[in-house]
Amino acid sequence: MVNPSQPRVGAHSSTMPPRMPDSRPAPEASAPGGGQLMVLVLSWAAVGLPLAWGVMETLRKTLALFQ
Amino acid sequence: MPSLLSKQHIVAPPNFNRWLIPPCALATHLCIGQAYAISVFNLPLTQQLGIKESLAADWKLTQLGWIFTIAIFFLGASAAVFGKWVNAQGPRMSGLVAALCWGAGFLIGALGIQLHNIWLVYLGYGVLGGCGLGIGYITPVSTLISWFPDRRGMATGMAIMGFGGGALVASPLSVLLMKQFASPTSTGVAQTWLVLGLVYLLVMSAGAFGYRVPAPGWTPQGWVPSPAKPGALMAKFDVTPGRAITTKQFWCLWVVLCFNVTAGIGVLGQASAMIQEVFKGTINAGAAAGFVGLLSLFNMGGRFFWASLSDKIGRKATYACFFVLGPALYALVPLSGQLGSVVLFVACFCVILTMYGGGFATIPAYLADVFGTKYVGAVHGRLLTAWSVAGILGPVLVNYLREFQIQSGIPKYQAYNVTMYIMAALLVIAFFANLAIKPVAEQLTEREPQAGGRPVTA
Repeated sequence: MVNPSQPRVGAHSSTMPPRMPDSRPAPEASAPGGGQLMVLVLSWAAVGLPLAWGVMETLRKTLALFQ
Repeated sequence: MPSLLSKQHIVAPPNFNRWLIPPCALATHLCIGQAYAISVFNLPLTQQLGIKESLAADWKLTQLGWIFTIAIFFLGASAAVFGKWVNAQGPRMSGLVAALCWGAGFLIGALGIQLHNIWLVYLGYGVLGGCGLGIGYITPVSTLISWFPDRRGMATGMAIMGFGGGALVASPLSVLLMKQFASPTSTGVAQTWLVLGLVYLLVMSAGAFGYRVPAPGWTPQGWVPSPAKPGALMAKFDVTPGRAITTKQFWCLWVVLCFNVTAGIGVLGQASAMIQEVFKGTINAGAAAGFVGLLSLFNMGGRFFWASLSDKIGRKATYACFFVLGPALYALVPLSGQLGSVVLFVACFCVILTMYGGGFATIPAYLADVFGTKYVGAVHGRLLTAWSVAGILGPVLVNYLREFQIQSGIPKYQAYNVTMYIMAALLVIAFFANLAIKPVAEQLTEREPQAGGRPVTA
């Protein structure tokens, strides 16, 4: 839990070896590498497409209410 | 060396994109959300022996209704009992266990259907599947909150939206599979359950292996937690699950969830019959099925909408919206019936169902605000006993009251009116329970020595 009154803890645990300051942009701000972008797209497609199909099938059924 | 399934093994590397986590949560919830579509099997299961018609030895609807009830009971019970374990083990282990329980529940249930043994179905889908429901439901919650501390509501809303969406996928998929497997000697249900069990096991396992936990101290880039205003609900320290359930705040949240769910769940179960009886001659079975579909869409959409909105206006204000709008809409329903206004009737229930879904989706973030994030999974698990109670209270209130009204001579199209007023009253009670929620006293948090475990009056 982040406590605003304490100094912010760095992104690495204290058991990890010290590192040079990371000059790369933080994960969210940077354009993800091609591999990770592909995984991101595929994971969202894997859950999004079945969900979209289910929504479309349900919308077809709901049309009967308006006829 | 940490085992493959342990939390320590799945600490994310520094360049990990947190937007890879919601699909894992959605994979879990889209599968377990099938529970809301179980009624699609009701008619074929009443004709399992007769195939085209029900024989005397076929199962009755009253027997089949217990499958869902047992599953929801074990959802709440397992979430409460295993919540601490889920919190401690991490999402990969608990996600995999949920996958095994949910998948195996279908397989054992399929065997029960094939052997025409209802007790095997109760044991499979109800008990084992119910445990998969409960463990799977709470698995992604604390992981999402730790990855999205800046958008807790939106993150958990996405996952729990998946639970609502699961029925939208399962219903047409089940119909397709049953058509595929049906034959002159089989309704196709047992084979459908077999396929569904294997598919869900695979998909949920894939989701489980996709989870990562953030490294200790990780925060989103550029995010600074805003300093808590005095009296604000944002917890500075964590409350253990054992301590949380001794607080007034926990039981107020329990009432909030229980009554919000009660008000919605009874309606969901009776929506088709209700609209046909209130608007007899205007709405046929096909249109009623469309109404049920529309409610499912609004249930799903409401989960994401209200939970995301709660990040902007706060959790307490979000539930206040539910408990001000909700009673007004329930009270409007009898009027819509008297006016013969299908549009008003449908509109009222669509908004009500968004708040039903929103109540589920916003509660994890509310719990994190009140009790801290460290044990939110376990506390959430204990709170889900409210769902188990509501799962019985809601349908009982709607069905038994309707029967009582009809036997008292009330016409069928007016038989739901008293129930609507009672639901409105439940939401008014929940309004006051929500209003009573204040920050937890610091002596009950992990920061301060424990104070003997007595209930908090702060």
